[in-house]
Amino acid sequence: MTAFLEAVGEGLGTGSVYALLALGFVIIYKAMQVISFAQPAFMLAGIVLVSYLAESVNFWAAVPIAVAAVALLALAVERVAIRPMVGKAVFVIAIITLGVDVVVRVVAGAFIGVDPRSVGDPWGQEVVNVAGIDMAQRNVAALIAMVVVGGLLFAFFRFTPIGLAMRASALDQEAAMAQGVNVGTVFATSWALAGGLAAVAGVFAATGGPIDQNIWIVALAALPVIILGGLDSLGGAVLAGLLIGVVQAVVATYQRDWVPSLETNAGPIVPYLVMMLVLLVRPYGLFGTKEVERV
Amino acid sequence: MTTPTDEKTTSFSGHQLEETTRRPRRIWGRPGLVTAYAQDMAFFDTRAKLVAVCALVAIAALMPLQLEDDILKLLATGFVLAIGAIGLNLVTGYAGQVSLGHAFFVGVGAVTAAVLNGDPDGRRLGYGITFLPAWMLGAGLVAAVCGAIVAPLATRLRGLYLAIVTLGLVFIGQYIFAEWREGTGGRGVGRDAAVPTLGDVDLTVNGAYTEEQKLYWLMLVILVIFAVLARNLVRSKVGRAFAAVRDRDIAAGVMGVQLGRYKLLAFTISSFYAGVCGSLLYAADGHFSPDEFNLGMSVLFIAMILIGGAGTISGSIMGAMLLALLPRIASELPGFFPFISDRSTEHPNIFEVETALYGVLIIAFLLFEPRGLYGIWHRIRTYWKSFPFSY
Repeated sequence: MTAFLEAVGEGLGTGSVYALLALGFVIIYKAMQVISFAQPAFMLAGIVLVSYLAESVNFWAAVPIAVAAVALLALAVERVAIRPMVGKAVFVIAIITLGVDVVVRVVAGAFIGVDPRSVGDPWGQEVVNVAGIDMAQRNVAALIAMVVVGGLLFAFFRFTPIGLAMRASALDQEAAMAQGVNVGTVFATSWALAGGLAAVAGVFAATGGPIDQNIWIVALAALPVIILGGLDSLGGAVLAGLLIGVVQAVVATYQRDWVPSLETNAGPIVPYLVMMLVLLVRPYGLFGTKEVERV
Repeated sequence: MTTPTDEKTTSFSGHQLEETTRRPRRIWGRPGLVTAYAQDMAFFDTRAKLVAVCALVAIAALMPLQLEDDILKLLATGFVLAIGAIGLNLVTGYAGQVSLGHAFFVGVGAVTAAVLNGDPDGRRLGYGITFLPAWMLGAGLVAAVCGAIVAPLATRLRGLYLAIVTLGLVFIGQYIFAEWREGTGGRGVGRDAAVPTLGDVDLTVNGAYTEEQKLYWLMLVILVIFAVLARNLVRSKVGRAFAAVRDRDIAAGVMGVQLGRYKLLAFTISSFYAGVCGSLLYAADGHFSPDEFNLGMSVLFIAMILIGGAGTISGSIMGAMLLALLPRIASELPGFFPFISDRSTEHPNIFEVETALYGVLIIAFLLFEPRGLYGIWHRIRTYWKSFPFSY
C-alpha cells in the first residue's frame, strides 16, 4: 500500500508537469484551434535559460526571468511565423509550429553542451514525509506550483478584461471582433502564456538531476493528455494530466511484478496507450466539446 | 479531320463506347488544346513532358559513370527516401490524412526485411531469404498490414486528433522495437540490415562496378517503378476518391465515396511504400538501430513532402532528394561561413545547422511557397509557356 501511495505521489509530480504543459496547449488551441508542436522547444528553452541564470542569480530569481524570456520568445514566434498564416488550414499552421520546434530546440539544445548542467533547484533528491508516505520534495513543489499557476490562470480568465476577451474569442472569433476585441492581442497573449507555462513545466521536469538532451520528449506526453482531457477544456487538461501522471508512475512501479518479461520501462508510452483506449470510446476526450462540422 | 467542336461533343456527351473505341487525338499545331478527359489525365500529357522525363531518367541512369562514390551514396539514399515520401504524400498530400507515424512503418519495413533476409544461424532472428524482391515486398506487406490495423482508429478521427494518434504510434513502435531484441537487436545496438543481392551478385561488394554504383542503379530502378505505380494510382478512380476525401470528406461521403474504405486504402498503400523504403534504407550502411525510427524521422518525411510539394509525385522525389543532400550542403557551409564548425563539440556546428535548416525550410516554404519545389517549377514553366504575356 505504501509503495502504491508513493507511486501516486510520484505520479502527481509528473502529472503536474503534464498539466502545466497541457494548459499551454489548450490555451493556444482555444485561441486559434491549432495544436502548437512548438511547446517542447519552449520547454527546453526555459530549462536551458534557468540553468544558465541560476549560476549568476539564485534559482528563485532565475525562474521568473526565464519564464518571462520564453514568453517573449513565444510572442516573437507567433508574430513572425504564425500570424501571417491565420486563416490558412490548421494543419498547415500545425506543421509550421513543428518547424519552429525543430529550430528553437536545436538552438536551445546546443547550449546544454557536454558537461552535466542542472537547473539548480533547491530540492534535489530530498524527500518529505506526508502522512506516513515519503514524497520527493520536487514532486510536492511541482504539485503546489501547478495548483498556484492553475489558480492564477483561472483568476486571469475570470476577472481580467483580456481574460474575458480570450474567452469571448474562443467562443466565436468574429462575434468577439464585432464587440471590439482585438483578436491579434488574444493570439499573442495565448502564445505568451503557453510559452511561459512550458518554461515553468520545464523547470519542474528538469529538477532532481542533470538536464537530459532528450527531456523535451516529456512535453510531447502532454499531447495525449490534452486529447484525454478534451482539446478545449482547461479543467480537463489538469485532471487528465494528473491522471496520466499517476497511471504512468503506477505502471512503472508494478511493471516488474505484473509483466516480468518486459525489460524496458513502459512508463513513457503509457500516456499514448491511455489516449488510444480513450479515443476508441470517446473521440472528443473526457471533457471536450464535440466538434460540429459545417458542410 | 474532325472539327474541334465535334471532338468536344464526343468527349463531354458521355458516349462511353465512342471514347473507348477511338483514341482522343491531339490537333496538329495546337499543343495546348485538351479535348478529352483521358488526354488530360494521360501519364505524359504533353510530348515535351515525355521527352523531358525520358531524358531525365537517362541522365540519372548514366550519372554513376561520372560522379564520385560518396555523392552516389547520398543520391541512392535520396531515391529510397523518395519512395517513403511518395508513400506519405499518398496519405497526407492526396488523401489529406496527416500522419506523423510514418517512421513507425519505415521501421516495420526495415525490421521485417532484416528478419526475412537475416542469417538463420546468426545471433538475431533470421530466415535467410536472399531473393531481393521477396524480402522487399514482404517488408512492404507487413508494414501495409500494420497500416491496415491502425487505419480503423484513423478513420474515426480527423485532422489534428489523427496527427497526435499517429505520433503516439511512433512512441509505441519505438518501445516495441526496443523490447523485441531478437528481431531488432535492441536499443542502441541494432542489427545488420537486409543485404541486397541480385542472383549471385552481392551489390554491397565492389566488383566490376563499385558498391555505390550498383546500389544507385538498384534504387533508381525501384524508385522509377514505385513512382510510376503511384502516379498511375493517383490518376485513377482511387486517386480521385483520395482527392475528394482530402478536399472535404463529408462532401465526398455524400457523393458516394466510401470514406472508411478509402482512408483504409490510403493508409495501407502509404504504409506499404514506407515498408519498402525501410527495407532498402540501410542497404548502404549495412546496419540500423531501432532508435532511428523516431519522431525526427517522421518530421523529416513531412518536411520532404511539404518542401517538395504536397499532392505531387514529382514533388515528393524533389523534396526527398533535397533533404537527402542537405547534410552534404550543410557540410560545405563552413567554407562559406567560418563561424560554423564542422566538429560536433563546438557550436554552432554543421549538424545543428543541418537540423535547423530543415526546420527553417519547412517554415519558409509554407509561408512563401505552399506548393513547394513543385510550385516553383510550375511558376517557371507557366512563365515560359505564356512567355511574352507573362505577368
